[in-house]
Amino acid sequence: MLPLSGERHDAKGIISEKINSVDIKRGSTILKRGFAHMLKNGVVMDVTTVEQAQIAEEAGAVSVMVLDKLPSEVRKAGGVARTASIRIIEDIMNSVTIPVMAKCRIGHVTEALVLQETDVDMIDESEVLTPADELHHIWKWDFTTPVVNGARSLAEALRRIEEGASMIRTKGEPGTGNVAEAITHIKKVNDELRIIKAIYDSGDNQDLVRMAREFKVSYDIVEQTAKLGRLPVVNFAAGGIATPADAAYLMSLGCDGIFVGSGIFNANDAQERAKAIVLATTFWNESDKVKEAQKMIDERQSMLGLDVNTLELRMQDRGASS
Amino acid sequence: MSLNIGILSIQGDVQENLLSARAALNELDIDGKVTDVKTPEEISQLDGVIIPGGESTTIGQLSLVNGSLKVLKEKIENGMPVLGICAGMIMLSKTANDRIVGNTDQPLLDILDIKLERNSFGRQRESFEADVSMDSIDIPKFNGVFIRAPSISDVGSDIEVLSKFNERIVAVKKGNVIATSFHPELTEDISLHKYFINLVNASKN
Repeated sequence: MLPLSGERHDAKGIISEKINSVDIKRGSTILKRGFAHMLKNGVVMDVTTVEQAQIAEEAGAVSVMVLDKLPSEVRKAGGVARTASIRIIEDIMNSVTIPVMAKCRIGHVTEALVLQETDVDMIDESEVLTPADELHHIWKWDFTTPVVNGARSLAEALRRIEEGASMIRTKGEPGTGNVAEAITHIKKVNDELRIIKAIYDSGDNQDLVRMAREFKVSYDIVEQTAKLGRLPVVNFAAGGIATPADAAYLMSLGCDGIFVGSGIFNANDAQERAKAIVLATTFWNESDKVKEAQKMIDERQSMLGLDVNTLELRMQDRGASS
Repeated sequence: MSLNIGILSIQGDVQENLLSARAALNELDIDGKVTDVKTPEEISQLDGVIIPGGESTTIGQLSLVNGSLKVLKEKIENGMPVLGICAGMIMLSKTANDRIVGNTDQPLLDILDIKLERNSFGRQRESFEADVSMDSIDIPKFNGVFIRAPSISDVGSDIEVLSKFNERIVAVKKGNVIATSFHPELTEDISLHKYFINLVNASKN
């Protein structure tokens, strides 16, 4: 089972208090990672309005992610992309029963604190927004609200987990409607997991130390991950997913669930597409159901999509060096 | 007779329940298997089922789509033991109200006559761990992991209250149906899973 304990002794996000003289604890690892466990095999949908959030909920999304603009629109608009309007986030929180997430800029501790104070259910420290700090990510152990981070490789994923991320998603290339990068990233993570697992099984600890140095993380997290043979937190796919078949394929590669950004509400058949992507994610290993889901959408209504080789802005490179 | 126990695997923390239930079977030394189940055919073969934590709106809608909701309801009404955890407790209820949004018309199993409130203790930041007790089933102390948990404010006359936290009902039992607001599968403690498996064993043999 994925480890649900093991918080840092100095984690400021853990709060001990009493309710009617009964001791309770908030913000512990079991609660933060456990929240992500409840999303497994589900679809998280990017939304910008209350109406879109309600469509997502009705379609069976496990959560919605509130943005000011969909990633594809961020790409077109240029300029600096920041966290969404708090009033819109609150309106959405008051109109759906499923969890509500919102994005903050990489390294922007105060934007994250504002989102925690807003009571969003999870914070996404996201490369879709313009990074606020090129050298540091947020120290997430100090948050009571769980945080999800993007990663393109095992090294990036483990660095984020060491900083206190409760969940990981692949970065893919957001706002492109092109699933190729998400596939590349999950395959890279899987390949690297196989390598460290083989080293662990061989008993060559010194070689695991070498991997830890290469990844720029502690030996302990490499050993724990190698022993598990998978990431120690829930791992979703994200970045460029546009169709039910995209979602089902990523599930078949071992992802625990799916984030869909621009793919739904940039398409002209959002309502049907939202349902179809949930259907394909739930029943990804039943090909007749995936076909049924794919039949629900009209490819002529899919977002046009972008070739990742011609992009001026590669969002996935953001925050990769730290 | 070998027991066939299923974890409803539409969405949510299926793996954790698989491991807890398998550990419980093992410790009790009862012959049986635990598998994840999704289709009406798989569900129709079961002796007992666990509805895991997850999003109740997703589990409800998707189990309605593939016909498993109907089979589950029939089996439970015919006496198959069920353990509903968090979203599973919501699924077992007759009606679900959200603390903020109010009445939801989500698909439910309509089994337990309980007055249930979703997200009752608040949003994720308010999620908490606290000790709870279920004395009537000999579990005096249990680490309750409450994640955006529901609670029950009132129950029908045929329902036994197993546990309360801060005046709110967080675990109930009606015959072979058990429901908890908290997540035993996220802890190392398998005592509730053991209790459930004994219930399945007793109902089959």
